[in-house]
Amino acid sequence: MSWQTVIGLELHIQLHTRSKLFCGSPNAFGGAPNSRAGEVDSALPGTLPVINREAVGMAVQLGLALGAEINRTSVFVRKNYFYPDLPKNYQISQLQEPVFGAGTVEVPMPDGGTLSVRINHAHLEEDAGRLVHDVFAERSAVDLNRAGVPLIEVVSEPDMHSPEEAVAYARALHRIVRYLGICSGNLSRGELRCDANVSVRPDPEAPLGTRTELKNINSFRFIGRAIEIEAARQLRILKSGGEVAPQTLLFDPDRDIVQPMREKDTESDYRYFPDPDLLPVYVDDDWLEELRSGMPAPQDEVIRRYEEEFGLTDQVARQVAADVHSMDYFDRVRTLCGDAALAGNWMAGALTGALHRDGLELERCPMPAETLGELLRTLVQGGISSSAAKKIFESLWSEPGSVDERIDRLGLRALTDSDALKDAVEAVIAGNPGQVEQYRAGRTKVLGYLIGQVMQATGGTADAKTVNRLMRERLDQPGGDPQS
Amino acid sequence: MQLARSLRQGETTSEALTEAALTRARAAQDDLNAFVTLCPDEALAEARSVDAERAAGAALGPLAGVPMAHKDLFCTEGIRTTCGSRMLDNFIPPYDAHVVERVKAARMPVIGKLNMDEFAMGSSNENSYYGAVHNPWDLRCSPGGSSGGSAAAVAAGIVPGATGTDTGGSIRQPAALCNLLGIKPSYGRVSRYGMVAFASSLDQGGVLTRNAEDAAALLQVIAGHDARDATCINAPVPDYLAELRTPLEGVRIGLPDFGDGHAIAPAYRELLEACIEQLRSLGAETVSVQLPNADLGIAIYYVIAPAEASANLARYDGVHYGHRCENPADLQDLYRRSRSEGFGEEVRRRIMVGAHVLARGFYDAYYLQAQKCRRLVLRDYQSAFTRCDVILTPTVRAPAFRLGEKLTDDPTDLYLEDLYTVGANLAGLPGLSMPVGFVDGLPVGVQLIGRALEEGRILSLAHRYQQHTDWHLRTPPGFSGDGA
Repeated sequence: MSWQTVIGLELHIQLHTRSKLFCGSPNAFGGAPNSRAGEVDSALPGTLPVINREAVGMAVQLGLALGAEINRTSVFVRKNYFYPDLPKNYQISQLQEPVFGAGTVEVPMPDGGTLSVRINHAHLEEDAGRLVHDVFAERSAVDLNRAGVPLIEVVSEPDMHSPEEAVAYARALHRIVRYLGICSGNLSRGELRCDANVSVRPDPEAPLGTRTELKNINSFRFIGRAIEIEAARQLRILKSGGEVAPQTLLFDPDRDIVQPMREKDTESDYRYFPDPDLLPVYVDDDWLEELRSGMPAPQDEVIRRYEEEFGLTDQVARQVAADVHSMDYFDRVRTLCGDAALAGNWMAGALTGALHRDGLELERCPMPAETLGELLRTLVQGGISSSAAKKIFESLWSEPGSVDERIDRLGLRALTDSDALKDAVEAVIAGNPGQVEQYRAGRTKVLGYLIGQVMQATGGTADAKTVNRLMRERLDQPGGDPQS
Repeated sequence: MQLARSLRQGETTSEALTEAALTRARAAQDDLNAFVTLCPDEALAEARSVDAERAAGAALGPLAGVPMAHKDLFCTEGIRTTCGSRMLDNFIPPYDAHVVERVKAARMPVIGKLNMDEFAMGSSNENSYYGAVHNPWDLRCSPGGSSGGSAAAVAAGIVPGATGTDTGGSIRQPAALCNLLGIKPSYGRVSRYGMVAFASSLDQGGVLTRNAEDAAALLQVIAGHDARDATCINAPVPDYLAELRTPLEGVRIGLPDFGDGHAIAPAYRELLEACIEQLRSLGAETVSVQLPNADLGIAIYYVIAPAEASANLARYDGVHYGHRCENPADLQDLYRRSRSEGFGEEVRRRIMVGAHVLARGFYDAYYLQAQKCRRLVLRDYQSAFTRCDVILTPTVRAPAFRLGEKLTDDPTDLYLEDLYTVGANLAGLPGLSMPVGFVDGLPVGVQLIGRALEEGRILSLAHRYQQHTDWHLRTPPGFSGDGA
């Protein structure tokens, strides 16, 4: 027998909207517990949900990117179950008329091939809050900051047959939602979470085996590992003639095992019914067109254009074209400074470094594109040196302000005034007669030393190219003593 | 409006009116039990501030300074809102309902919060944690429900007007039993935001007053669009007072031909006929219309309303706010005991009925079937309104009944109180009840149902009728307050 593992994934993707799915509370990560829980998210009596059109728009854009059937009319339902992280004790979700239906994800595989994974449908729903068990002795606390954050749940067909394929699919979808700018994609913050349905059958022609569901996996590595463990477990049972029980499991990465969820967490009858507080959402032609035209060109096209048109290296181009936010930032910086390659390099270098260091995403970047553009324009025009630009960048990063003001405050304006620079060159020549002599004797390597002396004397504000030119001119002048 | 005129002409002050209303409220509390909470400080402060502004010549709205009261399911910031339930006995909302905001903006001092059937479930006001309300016309009798406190307070002359809510007849039935005009506007005419939900697709806020003119003025205050309620209609609000003057000539009044199940006592029938005759003499025409599915109304209502309620009331779980049981053993115990203790018997019954009709295996037979029948009811009205402009029916089956009389083992007897009124809720149409005389010394009413958003038309009919009759001017003996 040629056993086959069959895997379908449900990916829960937090949409990066400004506000929550059904009210105006801000949608963001972290913050003091319940600081972003308003009267609607807290389900106070009398409060009502109102759909966030931005979230619907993002969901529709994902559907368009996956070539899916967009349901022009989608309906919200109440999914009834009691849990303290769900203050209404029902979740507003979608069932029979979700935001989009069948589509496809083309998954690039490590071997260079492509795997087509069919999408069954995707539905919009609200995220729950979270329970905190370790703050108060013998009591649990509820943090509702996450309650009501929009989620799109993308449900695939069981088209994957190995942990590697499942992980590649999850990564492909992750890349798509990041690129569209609809999800920040930070798995460790739960912005993308995965449920995996796993079954095993004796051969690819056999009917599907009984499946189990692995819940709430929050890293790509764990998706692969959890499926690997579960498939092996099922295989062992089936090979020994046993039967796989349909159950819901949790992967415990610390112990590297899967184990059944507690029974009461798997209530089965959700008593779904259409939410009478919400009207069906209708996506008309105009809105659909507006959403379509607001989507970026396919990522591969953009990367190729960046390389060919702007001379970005492949690595920089990929980084800059990671998502719409980054592309937009790049466009603004490059237009302002007039040097696309420089803009790309700075984004991929200093900017990315600083964002990583502070654990920020580009959308929350403390430095506006206009500031970086202005800084780089000054650099291109020779108003500051490269090393000065780095210092000013760091300063503006930690304390936002205007580029001009900061150059002056730090005293880093380039000495383009050639009289002042000439004086500095003269002083170095006068102070280093030995090196001057060596240079003139043909040992031109000492030029670097002499230039370095000028740079040091000017505190790094001098433009190295100009110093180089002045120094050569001066040294190459016939007729010896500088002072004469 | 009479009080508003006196205020404008400087014959009295808002402070005097408000003080008098509070005095009457306190004096009548033992007899009527109409109020759950009085707010003398807030009301008098607002009254004084209106008086000061009027003295300074400020432009004020037509009802500025006229005292009123809210049914205790409209959330009032800083003032507890109990919904007639032990569950919310300690609940102080941090926000105002839209209706409350509008009344504040109209500068009407709110003297208190009115008793009601728990979560608006009931037709006798006996399902209140704060005890039954008594009918000012006969203290042994029920004022009707669920807006029984509102009806009793207005009928007793404590305030000239009050808000109420109507899910199956909860404004119109008590209005009929207390000799008042009560109007339930079209579904979506008044925002439900901040109105504690019973059955979302049926609930609608409205007003109870002595006469059509007052109702028009007060409805003007609370009607209109609110973006926080997705089901609220975004259409201009007509000038209801101006529409009162619309002539009756040519208005076609539809008289439905009900079956035997709808029989009323001969004395009530005579009053109904006299009312029709009066309207004819004022120029209206009558036509007979069919509402073939009217007999289904109660059955449909008692599936849909509990279904929606079962989810709407799930949030009262002892976790986030409201009643919490002592020393819960675990989460299930916390849920079970908090809800069993916090909710009264009728509320528990309806939650169970609602959960049942939504359960897997029963949904199609009950909930889905009820929704289909609801569309038939709507179609009946639509077809009737091609032949007439207004439909006239009895409001109730009989005048006020004795308190305790219907507290039997079979709650369905009381459910029949909604027989004539549920249709307007199921179809989302505006309906009012107006006084048309007395049976055995107790008032009864006639119901006028209009096309969607034609509140002005049914109010103008009532106004014309009241200009030629004096039923609405009669006040209960012993309650001759001047809140008119």
